[in-house]
Amino acid sequence: MASIDHQAELNRAGAQAGGFWGSLAYLIRRYPLGAAGAVIMIAILLMAIFAGWITTFDPTTTNSRASLAPPGGIHPLGADFMGRDMWSRIVYGARISLAVGIGATTLGCLFGVLIGLMSGYFGGWLDLIVQRFMDMMQSLPLLVMALVMSAALGPSISNTIIAISIPLVPTVARVIRSNTLMLREMPYVEASRAVGMNEVSIALRHVLPNTLAPLIVLGTAQLGSAILVEAALSFLGLGIPEPHPSWGRMLSESAAEYVRTAPWLVIYPGVAISLAVFGTNLLGDALRDIFDPRLRH
Amino acid sequence: MAAHVMTETTGERPAMDAAAAIAAGTDAPALLNVIGLQTFFYTRHGTVKAVDAVTFSVWPAETLAIVGESGCGKSVTALSLMRLVPDPPGRIVGGKVTLAGTDLLALDEDTMRSVRGKDISMIFQEPMTSLNPVMTIGRQIAETLLLHEGLSRSAAQQKAVEMLRLVRIPEPEQRAKEYPHQLSGGMRQRAMIAMAAACNPKVLIADEPTTALDVTIQAQILEIILELQRKLGTAVILITHDLGVVAETAQRVIVMYAGRKVEEAPVDELFARPLHPYTHGLMASIPRLGLMRGEIERTDGRLQEIPGIVPALSNLPEGCAFAPRCVFAEERCRKAFPPYEEKRPGHWAACWRSRELYGAADA
Repeated sequence: MASIDHQAELNRAGAQAGGFWGSLAYLIRRYPLGAAGAVIMIAILLMAIFAGWITTFDPTTTNSRASLAPPGGIHPLGADFMGRDMWSRIVYGARISLAVGIGATTLGCLFGVLIGLMSGYFGGWLDLIVQRFMDMMQSLPLLVMALVMSAALGPSISNTIIAISIPLVPTVARVIRSNTLMLREMPYVEASRAVGMNEVSIALRHVLPNTLAPLIVLGTAQLGSAILVEAALSFLGLGIPEPHPSWGRMLSESAAEYVRTAPWLVIYPGVAISLAVFGTNLLGDALRDIFDPRLRH
Repeated sequence: MAAHVMTETTGERPAMDAAAAIAAGTDAPALLNVIGLQTFFYTRHGTVKAVDAVTFSVWPAETLAIVGESGCGKSVTALSLMRLVPDPPGRIVGGKVTLAGTDLLALDEDTMRSVRGKDISMIFQEPMTSLNPVMTIGRQIAETLLLHEGLSRSAAQQKAVEMLRLVRIPEPEQRAKEYPHQLSGGMRQRAMIAMAAACNPKVLIADEPTTALDVTIQAQILEIILELQRKLGTAVILITHDLGVVAETAQRVIVMYAGRKVEEAPVDELFARPLHPYTHGLMASIPRLGLMRGEIERTDGRLQEIPGIVPALSNLPEGCAFAPRCVFAEERCRKAFPPYEEKRPGHWAACWRSRELYGAADA
C-alpha cells in the first residue's frame, strides 16, 4: 500500500496557512493565474503612481529630432512622429487608464448598488419601473452606449468616466438586485425586524454588506471592460482629449500611417491595453472562485 | 409562580380569561392580553384562516406554552403579536392585543418598531441563519441596544458582552468579536437569546427555539431561557410541538388546532387529564420506553399516531376542525363548532363530547 505523505496533503489543503502571509502564500499556490493577474495589476498601479520617477521625458513634450526614433538608447521604447517618448507615454497612459477604469467602475457600482438595493429590497412598482428602465439601458451594448454618451457629453477625462460608468449601472444593479431578492428573505432580516430596526437600516446594514462579495467580483471584471472601452473611445477620438497620453489614442494616431514603418508605436500601447485587461480578468476570475462559496472546494 | 414581580400595573383591568387568572393563581392584571385574534392569509386558493378567534393572556414572569402540529397557527400567532405577519398576503383582520395596557394593533408602524425588541421580542427557530454572517456577534447584540436604550457605542458593546456572559457563553469578550460562522449552533442560539433579551423585554416569544438543535443542546438552551426569565422577570411564550419541552418548562399550556385554540390548562392538569381528543392523540404519539418494551396497554409495540392530516386552513370543515380525524366524532361534531368552555376549574376545552369521554364534569 502506498504510504500517504500527511504533510504534503496538509500543505495541499492549505493547513499551514496562518496569518496574513500564510493565507497569501496559500492563495497564490491555489490560484496561480489570479496571482499573476494581481501582479500585473499591482505593476500597472505602481507604474501609474511612480510615473514621474521611472521616466526621464515629459509625455507631452515634442522633439522634432527624435521623431519616429526606434526603440533603444535614450528612448527605450522609441518615440512617436512628434518625438514624444513612448515609454513616458505608456507609463503616464497607465494613470489615465486606471483613473478612467477605476473612476468609471466606482461610479457605476455606486449608482448600480443604490438602484439595485432599492429596487430589490423594496420591490413593488418601484422595482418594476426601475427594472424596465435598466432593460432599456441594457438594450445597447456597453461600447455603443458609452459612444453615445461620450459623443453627447464631449471629450474630457471626467466626461469619459461618466460616459463609461452609465452603461455599467444596469449590469451592477441587476446583480445587486437579484442578490437582494435572496437576502431580504433571510431569517436575520426578519430577526432585525423583530428587534425593531427600520427597513432602511436593515437594507443598509444587513443586506448591503452581504452583497459586497459579488460586488467585488463584478467590479473587478468590469474594471477590465472599462479600461477597454476607454481605449476604444479614445481610438475613435471621443475619449481622452489631447494632450493626455491615452493608450487607445496612441493606437489610433499611429495605426494607419506607421504600422509598417514604425510598428513599435502600435505594439507597445496594444500590449499595455492587453496586459491591463488580461490582468483584471485573471484577478476577477480568481476573486469569483474565492468569494463564490458554491465554487469553493 | 412569580406573578408579583410585575412592576407596571395598568389602570384598567382588561378583559381576560377568568380561567387563566385562576390558573396563574393571581388576581393581578395580565401583562399581555390577546382577545379574539384573527390573522388571515388571502391567497389564490381562498382565505386561509391561520389564526381564528384566539384569546389568551400572559402574566408577568410566567411561561405559557403554545403547542400543536405544524401549520396549526402557532407561529402566525407569534408573528401577529409582533405585527410581523408578511403583508401581503397576511393580514390581522380582527381582535385586540394589549401589552401592559397598550393596544399593539392600534399603534402606527414607527411606534410599533420602538416596541419590538424593547417590550416584546422574539427568538427564532433557525440559529444558523438568524444572525447576519458578515457582522460580529457583539455588534448585532449592540445594535438592539443602540436602537432602544440610547447607549453609546462602547457602552452598548460592553452590555452585549454582559448579555453573552448571561447566556453562559464562555469567553464572552472574545466571542463578541467573532462572526456567526465561528460559533456552533447552540452558541448561536444563545447569542440570539442574548440579542432578544438585551433590552429586558416584558414578553419574550420563543418560536421553536430548540427544534433545530442537537438534543444535548436543547436542554441547555431551555435552561438558559428559564434562567433569564428568573433573573429578568420576563414572561415567556414558548411555541413548540414538543410536549416534553412543555412539561419541563411551562406553567400553562394552550393547544392549538387548525388556527383555533382547542384546549387550555395548567401544565400538570393538561398532562394528567387532557380533555380534547386531539390533545389525547398528541400525548399518545410521544414515544415511551415502556411502549417499546410492550409494557403499556398497546402491546403491539407501535407508536400511536393521529390518523389523517391537518385540514387545509383555506377549506375548513363546517363543524369541529378536528372531527374528520377524530375517532369519537359524531353528527353534531360535523355540524357545529363546539363551544369553548371551562370544563373544570382553570381547564378549558372546545369539544362536544369531552364530558362523556373524559368525565370533565366529575372532576
